[in-house]
Amino acid sequence: MAGFSIQRSTRTSRATALVALLVLAALVAAPWWAGRADLRLLGEIFSFLALATLWNLLAGYTGLVSVGQQAYVGFGGYALFALAMFLGVHPLLAIVIAGIAGALIAIPIAPLLFRLQGAYFAIGTWVLAEVFRLSFAQVSALGGGSGASLPAGVVTGIASERFVREAMIYWTALAIAVAALAFVILLLRSRTGLALTALRDSEIASESLGIGIWRTKLAVYVSVAGLTSATGAFIFLQKLRISPDAAFSVNDWTAYVIFIAVIGGIGTIEGPIIGTILFFLLRETLADLGTTYLMILGAVAILVMLRAPKGVWGIIAERTGWSLVPIRRRVVFPQ
Amino acid sequence: MPILTAQRLSKRYGALQVTDDVSLSLEQGEALGIIGPNGAGKTTLFNLIAGTVMPEGGSIVFDGAEVTRMPARSRCHRGIGRSFQIPHPFSGMTTYENVLVGAAFGRNASERDSEQRAVDVLELTGLKRKANTYAGQLTLLERKRLEMARALASDPKLLLLDEIAGGLTEPECAELVATIQAVRAEGVSVIWIEHVVHALLAVVDRIAVIDFGRKIAEGEPRAVMASPEVATIYMGIEGTP
Repeated sequence: MAGFSIQRSTRTSRATALVALLVLAALVAAPWWAGRADLRLLGEIFSFLALATLWNLLAGYTGLVSVGQQAYVGFGGYALFALAMFLGVHPLLAIVIAGIAGALIAIPIAPLLFRLQGAYFAIGTWVLAEVFRLSFAQVSALGGGSGASLPAGVVTGIASERFVREAMIYWTALAIAVAALAFVILLLRSRTGLALTALRDSEIASESLGIGIWRTKLAVYVSVAGLTSATGAFIFLQKLRISPDAAFSVNDWTAYVIFIAVIGGIGTIEGPIIGTILFFLLRETLADLGTTYLMILGAVAILVMLRAPKGVWGIIAERTGWSLVPIRRRVVFPQ
Repeated sequence: MPILTAQRLSKRYGALQVTDDVSLSLEQGEALGIIGPNGAGKTTLFNLIAGTVMPEGGSIVFDGAEVTRMPARSRCHRGIGRSFQIPHPFSGMTTYENVLVGAAFGRNASERDSEQRAVDVLELTGLKRKANTYAGQLTLLERKRLEMARALASDPKLLLLDEIAGGLTEPECAELVATIQAVRAEGVSVIWIEHVVHALLAVVDRIAVIDFGRKIAEGEPRAVMASPEVATIYMGIEGTP
């Protein structure tokens, strides 16, 4: 029997890895070269990158098109406030606990939502988010309908010196984005990733080849819920204030996130990264235009969906054949 | 002991009875051909055996176990592999990865333990030089071959093949027949739905004829093909009333 080997990386992907390491190093050092406002903006960018990457895994790979991920963003935010205010948990630790709690609460929710298919599933997730919003609005200890502010002591508890505190919050955002990206990349490269891509392309063939569809979807839904909750916890740590309307906003945590994934390219790892950069470029240059800005966003989304359904990365990948992140396996036979 | 015993299977879609009281039995290592006009219910029969569709009545025993209500995934793990008449390639993956899915998930094995099996199947089915091509870029014929390769990779005891010879040239058809014979030689039982009758006759031990959801004839291939019922209903030599 002739031998063979399995190759994962390509020249492009090795170059990408090198560039990514350099960019990461520069980003880690940002507290020393960027201003306070820049750090805040970068923190926000990282949160959206994490949310879009996770939503893309859910919708683009697993076919679970959720418009209710704000349920977990808000849940994570409230969990952080509750843990920090009532139990005195260190905010950074509270982010981790909020993530675990988000994953746990998703376990009983998933079987209910999985009974719904396609558009019904999407609506079901939105309804779930509304249930979360109305429920948290009832908790008077967390400010009820008008919300609550994080006590100053909680924030200064991270570090007394402002520079260190802001750097730590910034690094937390960076860590969350890197963790979300690493999670998705490692998952897609794994055996489970094979199952996910198979599921995306044909459920019926997947099932008859022995893939446990329900179990695979559950694993993805629950882990995405956990990481989304952790991201949500960070977002409201940075905002210092939470209210049901802000925490469970379908606009902020789902509409923008879907916009990012759609213009970047759904079902690719590169898509959400490019989408996030484009979204923030648009926002930072056009946000002063008020409602016109939102109309431009809408027009861009429509144009991309009509002209380039695979998003900006889809066009680039088609023209160049590049794959920056090596997911696929190549069999190499000796000549 | 038979590897497969299907008894009195029935399935209805609305007013249409697509499977009507069909019973089938297959011995270990045997190959059965299924013929019948388009829309006769042949593929539905496969769906019932593979677990893609659940029957309203009847029972299926596979390899000594009752599998009538078992999901397709579990039947695959027990050893039922199938191809689809309309190919369902995982187009975002390479040919090798498509086959790897069958080898890894169909056999409940780790990826590392499945690589060799996947490569062996690629060689057996003549897809080796397309190993790194995206399945979405394969031709129709290659996709049909991939259907068989994926099912084979799951190491089935029973292989269900649904019209994989249609559109092949003579040499390609001969190659396909040789491949299926090689699979049989390993002790795999085969049920093959096919319109290309001469290919079928080169492989199968028995033929069953399905029409309007019912089994109307079964037996030694040449005898079945020569029977007046088959001539009338399947070959369309005489007009049906």
